[in-house]
Amino acid sequence: MRAPSRSDMPETGRSFGPFRSPRLRTVEAWLLLLPSVVLFAAFTHLPFVRTFVDAFFSTPKGRRPSHFVGLDNWSDLAHDPIFWKVLINNTWYALGTIPLSVGIALVMALWVNGRIPGRGLLRMAYFTPTVLPMIAVADIWLFFYTPDYGLFDQIRGLFGFAATNRLGDPSSALVAVMVVAVWKEAGFFMIFYLAALQQIPPDLRDAAAIEGASRFAFFRRVIWPLLMPVTLFVLVNAVINAFRTVDHIFMMTGGGPDNATNLLLFRLYELGFKFWDQGQASALTVVLIAVLSTLALVQFLIAGRGVHYR
Amino acid sequence: MKPTRRTFLAASFLAGSLLAGMAPAAAETKITFYYPVAVGGPVTKIVDGLVAGFEKDHPGVKVEAVYSGSYQDTTAKILTAVKGGNAPNVAVALSTDMFTFIDEDAILPFDDAAGKDAKAWFDGFYPSFMANSRTGGKTWGIPFQRSTVVMYYNKDAFEEVGLDPEKAPASWDEMREAAKKLTKRDAAGNVTRWGIEIPSSGFPYWLFQGLTTENGAILMNEAGNKVAYDDPKVVEALQYWVDLSTRDKVHPTGIVEWGTTPKDFLEGKTAMMWQTTGNLTNVRKNASFRFGVAMLPAKVRRGSPTGGGNFYLFKGSSPEQQKAVVDFVKWMTTPERAADWSIATGYVATSPTAWATDKMKAHVADFPAAAVARDQLEHAVAELSTHDNQRVTKAFNDGLQAALTGSKSPAQAMKDAQAEADRILAAYR
Repeated sequence: MRAPSRSDMPETGRSFGPFRSPRLRTVEAWLLLLPSVVLFAAFTHLPFVRTFVDAFFSTPKGRRPSHFVGLDNWSDLAHDPIFWKVLINNTWYALGTIPLSVGIALVMALWVNGRIPGRGLLRMAYFTPTVLPMIAVADIWLFFYTPDYGLFDQIRGLFGFAATNRLGDPSSALVAVMVVAVWKEAGFFMIFYLAALQQIPPDLRDAAAIEGASRFAFFRRVIWPLLMPVTLFVLVNAVINAFRTVDHIFMMTGGGPDNATNLLLFRLYELGFKFWDQGQASALTVVLIAVLSTLALVQFLIAGRGVHYR
Repeated sequence: MKPTRRTFLAASFLAGSLLAGMAPAAAETKITFYYPVAVGGPVTKIVDGLVAGFEKDHPGVKVEAVYSGSYQDTTAKILTAVKGGNAPNVAVALSTDMFTFIDEDAILPFDDAAGKDAKAWFDGFYPSFMANSRTGGKTWGIPFQRSTVVMYYNKDAFEEVGLDPEKAPASWDEMREAAKKLTKRDAAGNVTRWGIEIPSSGFPYWLFQGLTTENGAILMNEAGNKVAYDDPKVVEALQYWVDLSTRDKVHPTGIVEWGTTPKDFLEGKTAMMWQTTGNLTNVRKNASFRFGVAMLPAKVRRGSPTGGGNFYLFKGSSPEQQKAVVDFVKWMTTPERAADWSIATGYVATSPTAWATDKMKAHVADFPAAAVARDQLEHAVAELSTHDNQRVTKAFNDGLQAALTGSKSPAQAMKDAQAEADRILAAYR
């Protein structure tokens, strides 16, 4: 497999359109960008600017219009113990779900990439959770976790163990909802790894065999580096999902018991659409965007260095 | 007729004036009605039928009924519509959202719109249902789909352990003793049947308000700007609940899921449960054993909160629309229709006259459990509701869950909840 040579590429500086002068070419470029610029501006950038401004104003109520409050929303947020609890919860949630789902995805991909009987069936089984809506997944797991007659307790019951209440106990509830997220996501990430594995030319394996490299050395020295671009992509997605996917919280715990499973986005929903506190919700949105942008930047700048694109 | 420019202009003028609500008296008045569905059954079909019946009786009024999801969704949709200047004219929403709507300046009291016979109309409903409708001397809500907490118990299980199946526990002590007898363990000591389950997920405050009321505590004032979470009587009530699971071991530990409690009861995993009257039909249809329904047990008194939804009248309605809304709400709450609605859904009929109708009498004769909720009404109190209701209630819920899961002592949990509620409510005093 050879990399595309220079001659395969369109000559730089040659325009496809009818515009020849550099000025018109700029216009052409902007025109081509226009649809996405309009969409992004209208649905992403303007709302963000608006939210940022709202974060410095009080929440308008019917009888009391919004007024400038400076940093009040931010200091309220900083003094809210639930905010800190939610931030810590979400940190644990991210630290738990990201490595686990990516790791399991890789192991599953390596497993179903080999020549094993029932490979198609296994691939499908691993991928099934991904096609289910999160609400359906949450409903299934709610039954798994139900004390006494849920699936887990029925299995435990066969061995004479007592019933458990994983979602109803603050020490286990967060882990219980993390397991659901891993189960849901690992199959999705597996597909990317599987696709990447199948792009790895077989002659590399032959060469490694001739050199006498062990299977582990081959994985560490050849496969893993070749998978790095996919790993970066998967990691970025996993990080975003760790802060974005809260559908199952609505179904399974409602953020309880006593905020043990309350996450940033769920808290944001509570502030915005249950308490109708626009000021606090805006401030929390800005925090969430700041966290996500920082993480994305760190990933691209630091982790991205180790990535070699072929 | 070929449309000329003149007829076109006339038609558009007419359409414009209709839209603006300035139509001549002969034209029909259009009102928009948002309603949630919170119980099982073909509720949307029933509501459509009711609306069609109303339109038949009132040819001058056209009602556009909009199904608006759960209670939570309905309030969210209403408030969004209000902010967009497009409020409905009438809606059914949680009775406890009264202060929220008042704070958003979204609703009108029914007093003025209903005219001179307003008082007679309001007085027709059970006073305990009206308790969540009034503040500042005005009536903001008309009871429609209302419920209350009752105790369901398994008569077969009672008989099995030598309790009288026709006599439900009437006091806290009796309930605890009965629960001790009813709790069953296998050889390994694992519980196979709990004595009692009081759900604590989602909105534990509602069931807990049964306990606080029975212990003689009132959780909030009528103005909705003070709560009494750290009242010693409240702490004592919470201690009783916590003790049921940790000391007496007759109630599951941790959080008991609201949604699976009826299933636990039907599966024989618990011998007693506290649940809404809204589950009467469900339990009646699916129980494979004899069951009883009883008032909640007493400590210093009987007691339970009410719950459910009221009609609200929204600002921005023209005088004609206000009149149409009053006609509509009056029509929907007449004794006959209140009885039909109660029988079809399991909600508690809202006026004594509804219970006096022939069809309601026949229903009670056939299913005496339905009357328990009515009889409990004289002991019922207003459901917890304050300004910034969701947030003040969440502080309470968090405290209850902290105590029930053992991360805080009842006294500490209630002290923290009180502090948080005071902080939020300070703006309304």
